[in-house]
Amino acid sequence: MSDGPRGNGWVGILPILLSAAIFAGFLGALPRVSDGEPLRLAVDWVPSLGVTLSFLLDGLSLTFALLISGIGTLVFLYSNSYLAGHPQFARFVLFLFSFMLAMLGLVLSDNLIGVFVFWELTTITSYLLIGFGHETKKGRRSALQALLVTGAGGLAMLAGFILLGNAAGSFELSEILTDPEALKAHEHYTAILVLVLLGAFTKSAQVPFHFWLPNAMAAPTPVSAFLHSATMVKGGVYLLARLHPGMSGTDGWIWSLTIAGALTAVLASVLALRQTDLKQALAYTTLMALGTLTLLLGQSSAYAMTAFATFLVVHSLYKASLFLMVGCIDHETGTREAGILGGLARAMPVTAVAAALAGLSMAGLPPFIGYIGKELIYAGAIVAESSPVFVTAAALAANALMVAVAGVVALGPFWRKPGGKLPKTPHEAPWPMLAGPLLLALGGLAFGTFPWLIEESMIAPLVGGLLGDPDQTKHLHLWAGVNLPLFLSLATFALGFLLYALHRSLRAALARADAATPTLDDWWDRFLDGLKALAAWQTALLQSGVLRRYMAVMFLVVLVGLVATMVARGVRVPMPDLSDVTWMNVALVMLMIVGAVLATLTTSRITAMASLGVVGIGVAMIFIVFSAPDVAITQLMVETLIVVLVAVALLRLPKLDRASEDWRPLDALLAVGVGGAVSAVIFAVIATPVDRRLTDFFEVASYPEAHGRNIVNVILVDFRALDTFGEISVVIIAALSAYALLRARPSKGGDR
Amino acid sequence: MSWILAAPLVLPFLTAVLSFLWRHSPAGRRISVAGNVALLVAAGALLAAVLDEGVVAGQMGGWAAPFGITLVADYLGAAMAMITAITALATALYAMGDIDEHKAGLGFHALFNVLIGGVTGAFLTGDLFNLYVWFEVMLISSFGLLVLGASRAQIDGGIKYVTLNLISTILFLSGVGLLYGMTGTLNMADLARVVPALEDQGLVTTVAMLFMIAFGVKAAVFPLFFWLPASYHTPAYAVSAVFAGLLTKVGVYALIRVFTMIFTEDTGYTHTILLWVAGLTMITGVLGAAAQNDMRKILSFHIVSQIGYMVLGLALYTPLAVAGAVFYVVHHIIVKANLFLIAGIAERAAGSSDLARIGGLYKSAPLLGALFLVPAFSLAGFPPLSGFWAKYVLVAAALDVQGWLVAGVALLVGALTIYSMTKIWAEAFWKAHPDGVEPKLTRIGTAQRRWLLAPVIGLAALTMLIGLFPQPFIGFAETAAQQLLDPSDYIRTVLGADALPMPADLAEEAS
Repeated sequence: MSDGPRGNGWVGILPILLSAAIFAGFLGALPRVSDGEPLRLAVDWVPSLGVTLSFLLDGLSLTFALLISGIGTLVFLYSNSYLAGHPQFARFVLFLFSFMLAMLGLVLSDNLIGVFVFWELTTITSYLLIGFGHETKKGRRSALQALLVTGAGGLAMLAGFILLGNAAGSFELSEILTDPEALKAHEHYTAILVLVLLGAFTKSAQVPFHFWLPNAMAAPTPVSAFLHSATMVKGGVYLLARLHPGMSGTDGWIWSLTIAGALTAVLASVLALRQTDLKQALAYTTLMALGTLTLLLGQSSAYAMTAFATFLVVHSLYKASLFLMVGCIDHETGTREAGILGGLARAMPVTAVAAALAGLSMAGLPPFIGYIGKELIYAGAIVAESSPVFVTAAALAANALMVAVAGVVALGPFWRKPGGKLPKTPHEAPWPMLAGPLLLALGGLAFGTFPWLIEESMIAPLVGGLLGDPDQTKHLHLWAGVNLPLFLSLATFALGFLLYALHRSLRAALARADAATPTLDDWWDRFLDGLKALAAWQTALLQSGVLRRYMAVMFLVVLVGLVATMVARGVRVPMPDLSDVTWMNVALVMLMIVGAVLATLTTSRITAMASLGVVGIGVAMIFIVFSAPDVAITQLMVETLIVVLVAVALLRLPKLDRASEDWRPLDALLAVGVGGAVSAVIFAVIATPVDRRLTDFFEVASYPEAHGRNIVNVILVDFRALDTFGEISVVIIAALSAYALLRARPSKGGDR
Repeated sequence: MSWILAAPLVLPFLTAVLSFLWRHSPAGRRISVAGNVALLVAAGALLAAVLDEGVVAGQMGGWAAPFGITLVADYLGAAMAMITAITALATALYAMGDIDEHKAGLGFHALFNVLIGGVTGAFLTGDLFNLYVWFEVMLISSFGLLVLGASRAQIDGGIKYVTLNLISTILFLSGVGLLYGMTGTLNMADLARVVPALEDQGLVTTVAMLFMIAFGVKAAVFPLFFWLPASYHTPAYAVSAVFAGLLTKVGVYALIRVFTMIFTEDTGYTHTILLWVAGLTMITGVLGAAAQNDMRKILSFHIVSQIGYMVLGLALYTPLAVAGAVFYVVHHIIVKANLFLIAGIAERAAGSSDLARIGGLYKSAPLLGALFLVPAFSLAGFPPLSGFWAKYVLVAAALDVQGWLVAGVALLVGALTIYSMTKIWAEAFWKAHPDGVEPKLTRIGTAQRRWLLAPVIGLAALTMLIGLFPQPFIGFAETAAQQLLDPSDYIRTVLGADALPMPADLAEEAS
């Protein structure tokens, strides 16, 4: 398995080189952007809908882009060994690389619709990645869950974007955000906020949409590392940050982000402690980080914004490192169970060092960047616009739990006594799998020790993007003097160490409590089952498979459609002029009615057919009465032929079974109703003046121009010959179809 | 100008006759392909002419409108003829691999090409009664195709199909008769002039209901769609595909045509009904799909659901919305036909269309997987595929007129569409095959496989093309919508600049 970076040939190497080149490119743009000169690139895409492919590289998008492409490079390097020789490696790389590009497009796009396009592309590619283990039910379920939750949120967001674009008069973010006051005062502001937050919260897995993210761990570890550290879930956070200058500061913004963020952070860190699977534990700590970032974005102070920017970097570094590290453990020992793992420091020293460095940053100990991040979080929390006490308490609880979880995940497997026998004899992972975790962890140490490395180049431009002024950025130092954040930090450590010491018994208690409470993940299954049940119920109701019911519905629609419209629109139905109705007319009509009624009542098919023949002959007689003998002759011949031919066919069939049909009186009522409604419409139409333009023309033109004395014939073969052509094809095709039916070799069980 | 309009109509019938004469030899199916290539060229020429001139009209038999029958192509008509030709060619190619000698000998290719002729006629005619004739041509030839092979399921579906559609046809004919009684004309351009000027608009609206119901059945809207899920899963896949692509869209086309050009004086009533119909069609269709476990049945119910989107565009009745409907129709035909074609290949490779009995396609037939994802994700409305733009335009149009509820429904149904498409994906492609077999495409013979895959690849490429470069298509749809909402160009081209007084004058005369 671990046969070095060449295991997959150029398919493995190429994405590493490409993403490294992308990273280098962004790094090259860093000086310019941090000098406050954003790069713009715009190409028309759908000008008539106001959609452009416009990209903006400013402090915010550049930080994200660097994290995405930088971590991406390491992940590709890692995957090439981790999945060496996997039969579906090429697809994996294709999806992962597409995912990375989509993520880059998302953070760089300056057009709302562009953002949405890339947003959905990340959804699709992550679906394919999470479902990489597609032959397991769990893999498929997790992929679907992620797709539906984030997909549905995305659709709400699309509606929000459309409203936002309409409200601002442009889909370009750089134009939308120029006038925040107008935006916040807009009548649709609340709707926009709710819809956009639905998108951001589902993507960034905020409570109550958090449940999909731990399940997304079904993906291979490098994917988890990538999705959870720099990308996918950060998409929602990115969007909130991007919209922060234009939409923040209202009660709706402050409180929804504060509450969702705080709940997510605390709940997730409690659940993280409860996990025994290292990867699952890390998944929950991702939720904690997302909650914290959301919580910070709910505020607007310079401290909170600086904390946001710093913690974003902090988390990306340690999280990617730890995920990759867990992947190494899993790969080399065959398990990720915290209860079994232990004492690996001897066999996997490099991994142990990387894990320790990343874990210390995660726990927020000096001199790691995590420490600075935590100090800033507290500095932001105590000046929170919503409720300093609430925010600080939430941050304290979450951070203390993070200390404990960091101990469990990053230290336990290496330094603790093993709790059981490992499936494989552990040894160090190949270097491409170590490079990523080690580099990222060292980054955490370097940036913490020398904060100026990132302060001017990345943090300040990002904060500048959020607040409009990079100079408001608070300084990043390890020692900020004796102040409240320092005490809070000390309290965090004390509480964290206590929790770590007690984590086994806590975990057992949490597991019991967890098993006793229904989770949203269970509700998800119930929701889908309910949906299926609703669908089945509705479909059984509508698509009953009974032709009579279908016909009844159709005629009912006709009846209601005509009657309701006549009533609603006040159509007057004049009494037709009965003065020239003769006894002959009446007799003919009675004959036809009798024929029709008889046809519906009889149980003999022959009688039914003959009764219909009576109706047809009645029609022919009416043609005679109104002096159209040629039409009448045609009608008579057709009727006779039909009755004879059908009767021959019907002789072989059994009697009609009327007994099984209930509802016959209702059918009769419906039939009379439809007949009456149509008659009423006809009466109304007859009463309108007749426009004889066409008739006059046919009378005048038939002989001199079309050279025919019989106007009907001329109409059929000349004026409207195309109709006749069509009708002739109908007859021929009918014959062909009948021939085909008779000649066919009927199969027994349907066509399959 | 007559020939450029008549050619797309004549060619399918000519192809039908020739392929029938050679139905017992391989030449028959080749004639069908060649004829449909010619049709594509003819439709392309017509489209070029329309792009050049706006509206093209021709009087059949040389009788001036409104006395004879007019063929006319505006942007919408020309686009529909073009997309019909594309679908027809794709199906004809697919039929090379899908239709066995037995079915060919029973006249499949003749029936198929007459169907195409009927569809093209419906899109190009400028005469309401003539439209009825093409509806009949379509109905009878589609019935023939539906029962070709005569399995029990086919006959059962065929009976429901033909009965319910005959009711629709009768309603349509009644409507035509009544409208003729009120106006004395059948020419649609003439009707567009005269009907809005009629005195008794209440009666016009009443008669309009007959058209709405008749075309509603054809388009398979709620609650008139029963015939579609009852029959579409039964015939050969080539037949399902062409039905899925084209038939309901003729109904949608007819709805769009008469409810933008002719019945426009009471949109507060008619289009409100259409709006409710659209919403309920979307929901019931997508729930119907969620209840199915067979690829073709899922896809069939999705036709219903998607029809709702198109009707939504018509119902909202703004330029953007109607453009959205037009764009949606074109997008949907390509995508839906393709999905049925792919389902056919999947069944051949994996052994069934029942999702419980198949699987493993992703592993052993990745090409098919990729080809499925394009139309499936397009149907579900994911960018940057054609379906995204279609849905986006309609949702934007709904939000523009504060149609919160219906925009919400459209988005929700989009989410449920994702659910159905991923169900097929997860079951047929991702899941391992329950019998442990590896459903490789090579299980299909080489030549046959090529015929089956070529049209699928072509249609998928078209979906991508529209998705990635939507501007020309959306621009086209916008012009089509303009022409529909202001048919003066259409009327002038058909009737001549000064043939008859315009509606305003008529109204004056009446008063």
